[in-house]
Amino acid sequence: MDKRNGIVSMEFKEKLLASHLAFEGGIDLSDPVHQTRLESLKTFEQKGFPSRKDEAWKYTSLNAMIRNDFALFPETETTIEIKKVKKYFLYEIDTYKVVFIDGAYSPFLSDTTHDGLDVCLMSAALSKAKYRKFIDSYFNKIANIKDSLTALNTSYTKEGAYIYVPKSVVAEKPIELIHFSTGRDKPLWLQPRNLIVVDKNAQVQILERHQSLKPHEVVTNSVTEIFTHQDAFLDYYKIQNDFSTASLIDNTYISQQKNSNVSMHTFSLGGKLTRNNLNFYLKGNNANATLKGVTILDKKQHVDHYTLVDHIKPNCESHQDYKGVFSEGAVGVFNGKIHVDKIAQKTNAFQQNNNVLLDDKATVNTKPQLEIFADDVKCSHGCTVGQLDEEALFYLQSRGIPKKEAKALMTYAFANNVLESVELPVLKKRINILIAKKLGVNLGFEL
Amino acid sequence: MLTIENLHAQIEEKKILNGVDLDVKAGEVHAIMGPNGSGKSTLSAVIAGHQSYEVTEGAMILEGENLSELDAEERAHKGIFLSFQYPVEIPGVSVTNFIKTAINANRKAKGHEDMPANVMLKKIREKSNLLEIDSRFLSRSLNEGFSGGEKKRNEIFQMAMLEPKLSILDETDSGLDIDALKIVANGVNKLRSKDNAIVVITHYQRLLEYIVPDFVHVLFDGKIVKSGTKKLAIELEEKGYDWIKEMA
Repeated sequence: MDKRNGIVSMEFKEKLLASHLAFEGGIDLSDPVHQTRLESLKTFEQKGFPSRKDEAWKYTSLNAMIRNDFALFPETETTIEIKKVKKYFLYEIDTYKVVFIDGAYSPFLSDTTHDGLDVCLMSAALSKAKYRKFIDSYFNKIANIKDSLTALNTSYTKEGAYIYVPKSVVAEKPIELIHFSTGRDKPLWLQPRNLIVVDKNAQVQILERHQSLKPHEVVTNSVTEIFTHQDAFLDYYKIQNDFSTASLIDNTYISQQKNSNVSMHTFSLGGKLTRNNLNFYLKGNNANATLKGVTILDKKQHVDHYTLVDHIKPNCESHQDYKGVFSEGAVGVFNGKIHVDKIAQKTNAFQQNNNVLLDDKATVNTKPQLEIFADDVKCSHGCTVGQLDEEALFYLQSRGIPKKEAKALMTYAFANNVLESVELPVLKKRINILIAKKLGVNLGFEL
Repeated sequence: MLTIENLHAQIEEKKILNGVDLDVKAGEVHAIMGPNGSGKSTLSAVIAGHQSYEVTEGAMILEGENLSELDAEERAHKGIFLSFQYPVEIPGVSVTNFIKTAINANRKAKGHEDMPANVMLKKIREKSNLLEIDSRFLSRSLNEGFSGGEKKRNEIFQMAMLEPKLSILDETDSGLDIDALKIVANGVNKLRSKDNAIVVITHYQRLLEYIVPDFVHVLFDGKIVKSGTKKLAIELEEKGYDWIKEMA
């Protein structure tokens, strides 16, 4: 089985290499990134898809989701009725929106702007002269160019979101980046490419989600590069609650300058295979990074959080807090790497990964990796894998709460704790309800 | 109200209760005293339905119904309440939301609709006043970071909200300073009525100065070895437990 799938992934690799010519037919070859595309394609050609022989992919195999008949360039622009997708938006509040359907921009569902800040498209940024200097300064500058999946995405860069928040601008509305897939065509391979720059002292909130509209095979290999300048503030939420036929490889790279503050919440509540490669590079003094995650999975779902926090400069702080609840054959992986450079004195780096297994069919692999080269640092890590506390269950039961509900309530409380740092009240409430639903807890109170 | 006959219980093959007899009538307050390790906390856990304990002999009858076959939550629905010696911390669920969940779970078990929100709110306000609990406290995560006094006040607040028939207060005085003890005892006294009963489990006589019992029992080696009035508690305070041990 594994061997056959290995062959499939070889075939798909060949297809990706061979299809690049056709891809070039649909883009402007004189745009500023084309040389980078070609170099990246070479990198992908050399490296191919990662396999379980790679240390970083020990617990996650891509074989099962790769096919050789993925459609790479969905042809036509499709439209969807608003009422069918309304629930995937934060409709309660006003937001900027950049929406894609099967990889193509949907002007109908989007609400972009150039007024005070740029919330628009990567394709626009690549084609217009006024963005040239931004593209030259930022594109592919923080992404790991040696990473094969990142290189693959780079080689096919065409569309995605481009966000620029200028100096001292506080975005007055959150920005939603939503990628829908309709399942209208064949199995789909999507590769959005996002670039986000938050300039000095600017602030913005961003929410990202990948959502199929019906169960169908889709794999998204996404790359997002984020640059936060001095004193900038970014609050970012990833909502991963897709069908069990959808897979996501999310490669996010964040460069933080002096005094910048970035918080990233990842809610992994559904999907066939989700791999979050989340990389923070703390490049200025006093930068502050927060990485939080709630993962609740059942059935055969698989989530792999692969985080890197690279403390490059002194006096920075990072906090990682990932919670997972797994049942019915779900697999969770957490690999958290903290690297502290030898000049990065006075670093505070904390990492916590706690997991609850609701039955004996679920699996969790958790691995902290600390590489500390400075001597004056505070670093800690801890991971737990366990069942719910029996004494606590008895406490709830003794108050008349039936055991099944007591378990659900405890699990809810366990996961919910991460939500305290969510700054968007409507989102917090939504996630609260999602978690409660996911756990089958009938809350005896209104949220 | 509650009749316990020849109750034997063990945990992992270790016998802890060796034939407890106790008869509690409506309107009464009973105190169960005894040295450490005599089985006091086990008795309260067994009555409340803790799964780790196995009842090997005897019966617990609440208003004609045998409790032994019931789960902890079913016993709660019948009117049993246990105030824990060490209340469990549950981060992420506020005191208010917890008590709402508990109240409505009890109502559901009895076939009633959820309590209307305004009625609930009024009741919460009334009962929290009784325990001198302020509203900020109610929005905190259940027992998380609570002081000893706050935890015990919260236990009695839950008792006030749930209005049980039979309440067992397990070492409610432990970890309390004198002011907190007075607030807790005052709350308990206000909840006493001719229709409910209270069993106070304590090592020391101190609490019984504030919650005055009708009967005092001494538990030793898993059995009640002596019963009397509140004078017995004073005697125990003066003489210690050694004479009981010798007698047993």
